[in-house]
Amino acid sequence: MIRALSLIVALGLTACSAEKAPQSASAEPSFAPLKEPLGQIVAMRRLTEAQYRNSIADIFGSDIRVAGRFEPIVRPVHELIATGATSSTISPAGLEQFDAMARAIAAQIFDADHRAQFMDCAPRDAAVPDPDCAARILVPMGRYLFRRPMTQEEVAAYVMMAGKATESSGSFHKGMELALAAMLVSPHFLYVVESAEPDPESPGGLRLDNLARASRLSFLLWNTTPNDALLKAAEQGQLTDPVQLAAIAQRMVRSPRLEDGVRAFFADMLLFEKFDEMAKDQIVYPRFNPDVASALSEQMLRMIVDQLVTQKGDYRDLFTTRRTFINRALGPLYQAKVTSTQGWVPYEFAPGDDRAGLLGQAGFLALYAHSGRSSPTLRGRAIRELLLCQPVPNPPGNVNFTAVQDVTSTAMPTARMRLNAHNSDPVCAACHKITDPLGLPLEKFDGIGAFRRQENGAPIDTAGLFEGVAFQGNVGLGKALAASKSTTECVAGRAFQYATGRVPEDDGALAGGIEQDFAKDGYRIASLFLRVATMPQAYRIAATPLVAPQIAMTTRTGVHP
Amino acid sequence: MSFTLNRRTALRGMVNGMAVAVGLPLLDAFLDGNGAAIAATGAPVPVRFGTWFWGLGVNPPRWYPSKIGADYDLKEELAAIAPLKHKVNILGDFSLPLDGKPNLPHISGGIGIRTGIAIVSDRGLPAPSFDVAIGDVIGTRTRFRSLELSATGDPRNSLSGRGNGNLNPAEVSPGALYTRIFGPDFRDPNSATFTPDPALLARRSVLSGVADQRQALNARLGAADRQKLDQYFTSVRQLEKQLDVQLTKPEPMQSCLVPQSVADRPVNAEIENVMANHQVMTDLLVMALACDNVRVFNMNFNNGASSLTRIGSTITHHQLTHEEVMDNRLGYQPEVTFYVNKCMEAWTYFIKALDAVQEGDRTLLDNTLVFAHSETEFAKFHTIDNIPMMTAGSAGGRVKTGLHIAGEGTPVSRVGLTLQQLMGVPVDTWGTDSMETNKPVSALMA
Repeated sequence: MIRALSLIVALGLTACSAEKAPQSASAEPSFAPLKEPLGQIVAMRRLTEAQYRNSIADIFGSDIRVAGRFEPIVRPVHELIATGATSSTISPAGLEQFDAMARAIAAQIFDADHRAQFMDCAPRDAAVPDPDCAARILVPMGRYLFRRPMTQEEVAAYVMMAGKATESSGSFHKGMELALAAMLVSPHFLYVVESAEPDPESPGGLRLDNLARASRLSFLLWNTTPNDALLKAAEQGQLTDPVQLAAIAQRMVRSPRLEDGVRAFFADMLLFEKFDEMAKDQIVYPRFNPDVASALSEQMLRMIVDQLVTQKGDYRDLFTTRRTFINRALGPLYQAKVTSTQGWVPYEFAPGDDRAGLLGQAGFLALYAHSGRSSPTLRGRAIRELLLCQPVPNPPGNVNFTAVQDVTSTAMPTARMRLNAHNSDPVCAACHKITDPLGLPLEKFDGIGAFRRQENGAPIDTAGLFEGVAFQGNVGLGKALAASKSTTECVAGRAFQYATGRVPEDDGALAGGIEQDFAKDGYRIASLFLRVATMPQAYRIAATPLVAPQIAMTTRTGVHP
Repeated sequence: MSFTLNRRTALRGMVNGMAVAVGLPLLDAFLDGNGAAIAATGAPVPVRFGTWFWGLGVNPPRWYPSKIGADYDLKEELAAIAPLKHKVNILGDFSLPLDGKPNLPHISGGIGIRTGIAIVSDRGLPAPSFDVAIGDVIGTRTRFRSLELSATGDPRNSLSGRGNGNLNPAEVSPGALYTRIFGPDFRDPNSATFTPDPALLARRSVLSGVADQRQALNARLGAADRQKLDQYFTSVRQLEKQLDVQLTKPEPMQSCLVPQSVADRPVNAEIENVMANHQVMTDLLVMALACDNVRVFNMNFNNGASSLTRIGSTITHHQLTHEEVMDNRLGYQPEVTFYVNKCMEAWTYFIKALDAVQEGDRTLLDNTLVFAHSETEFAKFHTIDNIPMMTAGSAGGRVKTGLHIAGEGTPVSRVGLTLQQLMGVPVDTWGTDSMETNKPVSALMA
């Protein structure tokens, strides 16, 4: 097992090719406390659950169990969780959970089985405080947890906490445990604190400083905390130098760990948190069970990673590729024979099979459907909003939906017929003509994404229309999306928002600019990630006026009554 | 009277976790005049406040009583509350003016009621919900400042929070809720002995160390992030207070009976399972209140755009409200109404469970003020005027009950203002734009 803090031989940044998870520790770690003052904070981004888990696994080892419930980060409508994380606070109930997790993690690290790996000194007496030894243990931990060297004041404060707790518990290890637990609930750990320095390129402006850039690169590209080599590069000032920044980012996107970054990005862009709430009706879909449910999102991520990272393929081909992965649970749903009893195996759809591409995967089809039937409107809306970045208006507040479908109607057996009836009302038609022509081509897949030839005994028409081009079925839809500039501009803009945690004012123009470079590089995801990891705009801090919070309470007077 | 004497002050008398019986008086300033005393100890009974939310409204003609005032009549959809009608108020005919802002379906209504603000776009709570303001007054001396619960499985199903889009996440698992309240950290208030746990004292001092980082951080922060940090440190303070409570011998609570542990149950939106989870969570909450571990709560039965399902039905409660054909003979949508009835059945279970606990000569419900509301009036058309609302309980005698009160088209923010004033929040004007009001609903005030 490789853990940043263990004394295992170092793997340099360049040694990342063969093995997964090389969170490398250097041979000569620089663990001196920080002397210069920390920079101005320009953003605080709450760690996501995956980032928290990855950080703990990389710093302390994957055998350290992280058990608990994470307060969800609220997604602003039409945005990413990554941008929601920038305004996310921690509620009392959320902190209670973080505190319980922190204590459980710290207890494992200083238990009899683990502590030797993390202590390169022994206390003179295991029952009394030993500030020197405590500092030697806590300083390297703090550097990884806070993603920067601790200040001298911080070191002193945590050493004092450890000492006090040692005194009251009569155990040095218990004292260390409590001090570490305090570090794990510190805002410096629970938030990625982005700090800035004056920008020499733009007088009066700010840019992210070196250490903040280390976190930016690491969470963007690998979805985890920066390793020793990256922190060291930051401490040496390499990350504000464009040439060195590019070289380091290059090495990082070539690492197999890019898979973790790409997974996290698409899970955010495609609203994968909705899988947690997905429910299907057991009577309508007896084949749907928890094993199927949990395989759906993983199948989509495997297809994405294979196409974009493993094959280094063109992003546009994600919508037409015939390569996917399947496991035993998904076999019946795909009417495919899966002989392997465990795990995932590559699977290729036959040429012409309407399953090809990301939108033919059961996960997408099931997520954007009702509990007991498909929904061309929900699917079309998801394609517009998530893959094309084109928000669809909500249904107007006071519309009468009486004309909508009767699912058991023999006169209107298919969704297309029912929607046509509904759209005789021009108010409804205005939005449905945006969504439905992208969802109706997927109608040969039911509410859990299983193939069907008919609906209520009637043949299904899968004609669709996008940007003036008519097509048939999911294969036609995939080709239409692949041919559209909106598709590639959308992912380009999202990548910038994901990296920076903000939606820029000139979002459209910026996305267009990133898209041009993306096109030049053949729409490779690695080059898109590299671009947003190195472009100066991503590190520049706009001097925006701070908006006062909206408070409904206008006056406070004496107690009533 | 000293307002500065808190549990922390009392703790200073404690040495190294030695067993010291420090009986803390419950110095609830505004209770002293009105609170009844528990016979056993002479301490005043705490007053509690909570909300109970259900999504997608009702069929107004089948729900609202015809008669305004006392002795109101019960229509079909409110029939379930009959045994406790005298302890329940029905609030109707209040408006939610949007001042030209869009009606965001299933969002504007709930947030409007809780914050007095018509929101511009869906970025979550724009300002503190009033239950949080109430919690700041009555919820600071208990182990939990408030408990948020959701019976339908989504932790984001919550209308409580301190603003800026953030919410207090809801507990969704009955098993986890049990552990959180009655697990190893629970102290039985009726236990004869009390020994403060030295490990808790150590944790307490560590948390003070975390809180001490505030100044160094603030010096580096802009206003927006400082506000975020303020909320974080409020949470740290709350955690410190939880430990202070744990370190203090609790007041005996006559009605506190530690419940049996709860096995893990499935968490999903299937209606019968939601009913069962709601019951288990209600029972746990009632005991948490009776044991004085919490005085403020938010129970969310279902979510705004209700994802409730029923075995054999192809679409959710929400989808049904739009797609189910109006039965012309009945005059309503029968499948939708099935869920409305389930919501009212669950509400009745909730208030009955509170009423079943005796506290002196009153019940726990009598010592509580529960505010129940939905987020739409009639979901088929997303209407947000005349959203159905109720209160139950009299908060220890401060609220009149058994009334049907009509707002006559005045803003619904009057209700939020009234509830805050009833619970001692020092506020005389609340809400923004057309919802700004300084006129409480005086008919509610005893």
